[in-house]
Amino acid sequence: MPKIEIKNFNLYYGNFHALKDISISIEEKRITAMIGPSGCGKSTLLRSINRINDTIEGVKTVGEINIEGINVYKNNIDVDFLRRNVGMVFQRPNPFPISIYENVAFGLRVNRIASSKEIIDEKVEKSLKSVLLWDNMKGKLHKSALTLTLEQQQRLCIARVIAVAPNIILLDEPCSSLDPVATRKIEELMMQLKDNYTIVIVTHNMQQAARISQDTAFMLLGKLIEFSKTDEIFTNPSEKETDDYVSGRFG
Amino acid sequence: MRKFLDYIIETVIFICGMLSIIFVVLIFSFLLKEGLSFFKDFSFIKFITNQFWYPNSKVPSFGILPLICGSVLVTLGACLIAVPIGVMSALFISEIAPKGVRDILKSLVELMAAIPSVVIGFVGMVTIVPLVKNIFNLPTGLSAFSGSIMLGFMAVPTIVTISEDAIRSVPWQYKEGALALGATNWQTLRRIVLKAAMPGIIAAIMLGIGRVIGETMAVMMITGNAAHVPHSIFDPVRTMTSTIATEMGETVRGGMHYKSLFAIGLVLFLITFIVNFIADLFLGKNKNL
Repeated sequence: MPKIEIKNFNLYYGNFHALKDISISIEEKRITAMIGPSGCGKSTLLRSINRINDTIEGVKTVGEINIEGINVYKNNIDVDFLRRNVGMVFQRPNPFPISIYENVAFGLRVNRIASSKEIIDEKVEKSLKSVLLWDNMKGKLHKSALTLTLEQQQRLCIARVIAVAPNIILLDEPCSSLDPVATRKIEELMMQLKDNYTIVIVTHNMQQAARISQDTAFMLLGKLIEFSKTDEIFTNPSEKETDDYVSGRFG
Repeated sequence: MRKFLDYIIETVIFICGMLSIIFVVLIFSFLLKEGLSFFKDFSFIKFITNQFWYPNSKVPSFGILPLICGSVLVTLGACLIAVPIGVMSALFISEIAPKGVRDILKSLVELMAAIPSVVIGFVGMVTIVPLVKNIFNLPTGLSAFSGSIMLGFMAVPTIVTISEDAIRSVPWQYKEGALALGATNWQTLRRIVLKAAMPGIIAAIMLGIGRVIGETMAVMMITGNAAHVPHSIFDPVRTMTSTIATEMGETVRGGMHYKSLFAIGLVLFLITFIVNFIADLFLGKNKNL
């Protein structure tokens, strides 16, 4: 069974038809990249998976997104639980204006995953280790997260997501505000995380998709044009639009 | 020609800026001069600890303890009422109310801030005062409690408007981040939004307190004006501000009574200064985290 199965999914912002009849199956423990020019709907599709788009006024959806066989747009779904299971990292690093420690502990506390100090300490340490922040940060855990560099902030945001032990991690252009060195480090981190999580990443940067993903979806004007193995998309696309885009003729 | 115009405008702006500073310094030095000269003849400790305020008797007694108690009691009471109502309303307006309701509420609250204090005073006098008298079965409704309620009303608009701005300026990304981690709306509000807006909310509360402490007209009309140390919040009290306002007209310029009123002004100034200072401490602590 695919981890995430999107079936005939449509999304409207008021009268604007932003996603048009999208169907796609995303496999477990792989990195799936979504590429396409600005405004093609790739971020909207990503943000539909954890229903964070619900917070925007005037959003309507038709169709299904199934995670492990359960439609998350069903009426009686627990959205908070869904979001805990489907973590998300945003385009601009958005650590909370509290300490580094509390940023990671936040998800543990609000989801009542852990309440005793020892367990929280342990999970914070583990999460920060898995994003390679622990060695630098262990003495500064109680400093404000806003004092970190952008790259460290983005790592912290990933640690914060990992702490609540999701199955799926969604990343919405996670490197767009980072320099090339920081970008490479975040990419290396994603490759490591792939073994334990299902990762879906939206990216503006075709080279990034080619470097890190196994599957790639190409979207254009709200439609899914092609979805296939990343190698296929970049070397032997079956659609003309995909070929034009990956070879740089537009976009 | 353009350079000359620039020069003139710069000078005008400079003079205006300096004027505002000079005014403050002048007022403060006048207050200091008149107030301090009182303490040459009367000890400061006795002034703030003595329980009797009889400035006009044969052997005058200048003890402002009852006035300080009156001001503090009324202010504390007003804060207890205004802070929760104000902050909750701000949360409601900025985060929970649907858009149409929000706009109406916001303009209503701003309108409330524009009510002159004397109007609040007489409305309180004919509504709250008899109500308090009947409900608590008191000899008179003119009490610190009635004053607190009315002053609370006066502080609420200030607290609401400024806290609401602070809450609304919390970046959307924080909320999105918290919701995406599985936090409920309320958890997001309490743990992230309120925390991020806290410096602004504290500033709002301080400005609210500032309005209450300095308020004269409404308290003069509602609190009963009895200069004795209150034993409960239902006693009539007299505040420092209303003492100055009522008695300044009857004094002889340069006399002891006259100077003592300036000394009260000085004490009042000291208290507001301390309140602001404590607020700054809080804000500073919040910044470095």
